[in-house]
Amino acid sequence: MSYTFWILLTGCLVGLTCGITGALLVLRKMAMIADAISHTVLLGIVGAFFVTQSLSGIPMLIGAGIVGILTAVFVEMLHSSGVQSDAAIGIVFTSLFALGVVLISFIGDQVHLDVQHALMGEIAFVPWNTLTINGVSYGPTAVWMLGAVLAVNLILITLFYKEIKMSTFDPQFATLIGVPVMIIHYLLMTMVSLSTVASFDSVGAILVVAMLIVPGATAYLLTDRFFVLLILSGVIGILSAALGYGFAIQWNVSIAGSMAVATGVFFIAAFLFGPKQGVVIKKIRGTTGKKTVQSST
Amino acid sequence: MNALTVSNMSVSYDKQLALENVSFSVPEGSMTGIIGPNGAGKSTLIKSILQLLPTVSGTVEVFKKPLRSQRKIIGYVPQRSEVDWDFPTNALDVVLMGRYNHIGMFKRASKKEVTWAKHCLQRVGMQDYASRQISQLSGGQQQRVFLARAMAQDAKIYFMDEPFAGVDASTEKAIIQLMKEWKNEGKTVLVVHHDLQTVNDYFDHVLLLNKTPIAYGETNRVFTLANLEEAYGGKIAFLQQGPKAAKGST
Ligand SMILES: Nc1ncnc2c1ncn2[C@@H]1O[C@H](COP(=O)(O)OP(=O)(O)OP(=O)(O)O)[C@@H](O)[C@H]1O
Ligand SMILES: [Mg+2]
Repeated sequence: MSYTFWILLTGCLVGLTCGITGALLVLRKMAMIADAISHTVLLGIVGAFFVTQSLSGIPMLIGAGIVGILTAVFVEMLHSSGVQSDAAIGIVFTSLFALGVVLISFIGDQVHLDVQHALMGEIAFVPWNTLTINGVSYGPTAVWMLGAVLAVNLILITLFYKEIKMSTFDPQFATLIGVPVMIIHYLLMTMVSLSTVASFDSVGAILVVAMLIVPGATAYLLTDRFFVLLILSGVIGILSAALGYGFAIQWNVSIAGSMAVATGVFFIAAFLFGPKQGVVIKKIRGTTGKKTVQSST
Repeated sequence: MNALTVSNMSVSYDKQLALENVSFSVPEGSMTGIIGPNGAGKSTLIKSILQLLPTVSGTVEVFKKPLRSQRKIIGYVPQRSEVDWDFPTNALDVVLMGRYNHIGMFKRASKKEVTWAKHCLQRVGMQDYASRQISQLSGGQQQRVFLARAMAQDAKIYFMDEPFAGVDASTEKAIIQLMKEWKNEGKTVLVVHHDLQTVNDYFDHVLLLNKTPIAYGETNRVFTLANLEEAYGGKIAFLQQGPKAAKGST
């Protein structure tokens, strides 16, 4: 398989996984928690390294999952004891991330794990970091990790589709009819943590946030249907990855960076021309509206 | 048989008691009006019965069983739905949500469920708005959609918090018609209600509440001027056509 193929596939998997999962966050008005989790998982990765003395996939996923949930739990705890929710996110986010940064400096010499890499990632190296069993190479580790997380997320969303939808739209009614609203909340936090850590290596923490939030926010401008929104968000994630790769090759710039920029391009397009809230459409409708009023007087 | 038994319920917000020692039993097949001034704790009472709020003390039984095991037979229309109005969902979808715990986990709504949901929309006169996104409905239309959702639940006991707030007269008639049908089918209905003029027409039982129950029982015994004055603190002089007892006492 070619170099280009693996990079594109990795980018598209990041776009799809983060796009679908992130759309749920956007709908729950919890976009900021994506930002928090995408940083605090660093602590989980460092923690996993301390325990296993290696940087292999599974312990990293578990560590990230645990810290992701802890982030959500701490935010919830602070919030329910009276701290504003954005402040709560800020407090938890910075302290856990800082702890991760401090711990990283202890192991800095032993492995290639540094803050720069964690934040920015490097998708260009993905094809060389392959999953090798008994001397046989099965393709890039990142692709396997992303594929596994995508599968887990899709299964969870399919199984708990109604419950997720209900508890996002009307948590009170959901509670009434017996939906375990809190469990659904932490399930979602787990999905976000897993998506983040699987995408981490390729696009880096900061750009994970773009992939988690922007496709969902874009799809939100384009449809009135929950199901369509999830699909659209995933598709926009994929298209952003592809378009971004095109930019990067064309102008020889950072691949991950271009992918994030591409999500922004799609968002602006939807913002201007979207059928629902599109600024341009509103302008057109607005003027026709005025005309009708004038003609009726 | 009693459909609902509330015993010694107390509820507080931040140490301030909103409800104190509320006890009453509602017979099956009755229609109860919950009456009391603003801030009397009517919404708080319903929410704590449904365990949407933590209670300080007290127990609730629905058909002699704890509420937890009776979720399928309870319908609820909140005072002002605290839903995410911008959520990408339409009126029919919202009504279908009333069927979720009948559909069961991991399954999708069947054709039969969709037909039933459409029927419920039709009963509240909203069939033409089935595919309208919910934020694009008027306040009264939104209220009707949530009534349709409650109807779709096909519950045995209904809690409604001011279902008539913000709906026009013909919708109010349609809703009361619907509730009377429910009653005839043996369903139990509890309604928070503000319009004292219609209490005698609508309800066979009344709960007068002001932090603690002033009186509970059949309308003609409980809905008296003396009780009302106690509940409202003597502020009902503006009533033109008061309850029956009012006429007798003047
Ligand atoms: N979330 C809350 N936090 C603190 N106090 C509250 C809260 N909700 C209600 N209260 C207080 O509890 C009391 C009862 O409120 P509740 O909403 O149950 O009244 P109500 O009878 O439904 O009034 P209304 O007729 O205006 O709907 C009021 O004094 C109110 O100020
Ligand atoms: Mg109320």
